[in-house]
Amino acid sequence: MTRTRRDLLVLGLMLGLLAALPFLGLPNWVLTYTARIMAFAICAVALDLVLGYGGMVSLGHAAFLGIGSYAAGILLAENVNDFFIGLVAGAGAAGLYALVTGAVAVRTKGVAFIMITLAFGQMAFFVANALSEYGGSDGLTLWSRAEIGGTRALARDTNLYFVILFFLALSILIVRLVTASPFGIALRAARSNPERVTALGYDVERVRLWAYVLAAVLCGVAGVLIANLSSFVSPALMAWQRSGEFIIMVILGGAGTVWGALAGAFAVLILEEALSLATPHWKILFGLFLILAVLFTRGGIAGLFDRSAK
Amino acid sequence: MSLTLFAVQTLNGLQFGLMLFLVAAGLTLVFGVMDFINLAHGVQYMLGAYLTAVLAKVTGGFFTALLLAMPLTLLLGLVLERLVFRPLYARGHLDQVLATFGVILIVNEAVKLAFGAAPISVPVPEILSGSVRLMDGLLFPVYRLAIIGAGLGTALLLWLVIDGTRFGMLVRAGATNAPMVSALGVDVRRLFTAVTAFGAMLAGFAGAMVTPILSVEPGMGDGVLILAFVVIVVGGVGSIRGAFIAALIVGLVDTLGRSFATDLLKLVMSASTANHVGPALSSMAIYLLMAGVLAFRPAGLFPSRSAG
Repeated sequence: MTRTRRDLLVLGLMLGLLAALPFLGLPNWVLTYTARIMAFAICAVALDLVLGYGGMVSLGHAAFLGIGSYAAGILLAENVNDFFIGLVAGAGAAGLYALVTGAVAVRTKGVAFIMITLAFGQMAFFVANALSEYGGSDGLTLWSRAEIGGTRALARDTNLYFVILFFLALSILIVRLVTASPFGIALRAARSNPERVTALGYDVERVRLWAYVLAAVLCGVAGVLIANLSSFVSPALMAWQRSGEFIIMVILGGAGTVWGALAGAFAVLILEEALSLATPHWKILFGLFLILAVLFTRGGIAGLFDRSAK
Repeated sequence: MSLTLFAVQTLNGLQFGLMLFLVAAGLTLVFGVMDFINLAHGVQYMLGAYLTAVLAKVTGGFFTALLLAMPLTLLLGLVLERLVFRPLYARGHLDQVLATFGVILIVNEAVKLAFGAAPISVPVPEILSGSVRLMDGLLFPVYRLAIIGAGLGTALLLWLVIDGTRFGMLVRAGATNAPMVSALGVDVRRLFTAVTAFGAMLAGFAGAMVTPILSVEPGMGDGVLILAFVVIVVGGVGSIRGAFIAALIVGLVDTLGRSFATDLLKLVMSASTANHVGPALSSMAIYLLMAGVLAFRPAGLFPSRSAG
């Protein structure tokens, strides 16, 4: 009980801080950079549902981010400028891809599940590379952001910042509500004992599939936001290394605690930025950090604050 | 679409498939015997290629370089197993993914630091250069034939080892039920080390063989790794026979798909649509194949674990 209250307190504090940021008179790049981290944090929160609560190691989540951003980008390139149409298309396309590929993936487990999600992620990556009329491997530059109700409100960075913050808070709320629902309890229970959950009358594969789809929808939304924020979509968004990065965010933050995924996203992206300022070969340091973190710590950042966490 | 082009591309697909098999063979054993997910296996392929490329430049001979590179890749496999993999066997898949992902980041960047980001090319060895006439109007590079021969030879050797030696018997038993093998008094830790190092050398051999026909560059192992995953999933985790058949199928489907998808689509749709759809469809082909196989056989074509 106290743990839940403390989790909510930390979460509220973090979101409050993010809401106050635009009023602190910081340079514009801080704002857009933070907005970018928040969009990636949506993916980390979504992946936490699949990975942290569901125990499914998905190594293909960047594909859903990429599909969402390509849906938004292609609509903008075709002069369909409404933000909500882009949002529905991005979320829908990502969800549909997750439904089809997930139906195959959830039937397998362990290493096979990891390899299959990675392979389907790579398939989306190669298709994006082959979309020659939408930039191919060079990516697609968008000349303007989407419109809301015919106005160009999102052209202002501060407005887009708050839209992204809103969707981040909404994603966290959705994941929290879902994990507390009977569906979420079945999902969590299936992580430790699928046979018993099946005996209780649940279709474990179906529960896992819908969690997988919901997470993909949230990633699709994040993709739409990223496309608008950077006015550019490219296959690099769904490179498989990014899926690895999302896992690092969730684990470093502490899987199965929603604020942990948020903290993990900030920690990983800021660490990468700081290391890359120090040396162009920062990936060596980051990889080393990763290996040492796995070998010598348990439970991530959230675990450091909570000894009772698994 | 002429018959000679089809024959050439079939041979190319066979060559590609055999290289995939060499990478996938070690990997599927590591999965099967240890239930350990090793993302860093592609790195071994890249290191095999780099060691051969650099040694070929230093010694001036491709075969000398190949001979020197093989024990070195074996050694690197041993070092990685000792330092990183061994503490992870008892951990969950998630920890294994993260740590081996870290290894990829380090080695890809270290290679860039040591040899630069620019691709290195290796000349085809003198006696294997040129082309040979296979049938009327069909010229095929000798070196690619040599790769096919080396791939088939290695596969045969592997089959003899796995099927006919005590070590192979332990590996097969380990892939079916590792705790039982341990309970029977076999030192599984030594078995694990041997399988990992052996697999690393096979991947390194594949990397070394392709140096004259592909450019050697940082990150070259990542794409191969993912294709090897597709091969393993289709063939059935832990099965060498499955990996062999799946590797040939994947190699052929990918190569033939890339060369003929657009032409075939032109039969049923307009040329401009086919030009757009063809490349996208052919890059999806092997993943669709994987999905198709898994829809009917979730454990792959040749599952090695009966209660898997």
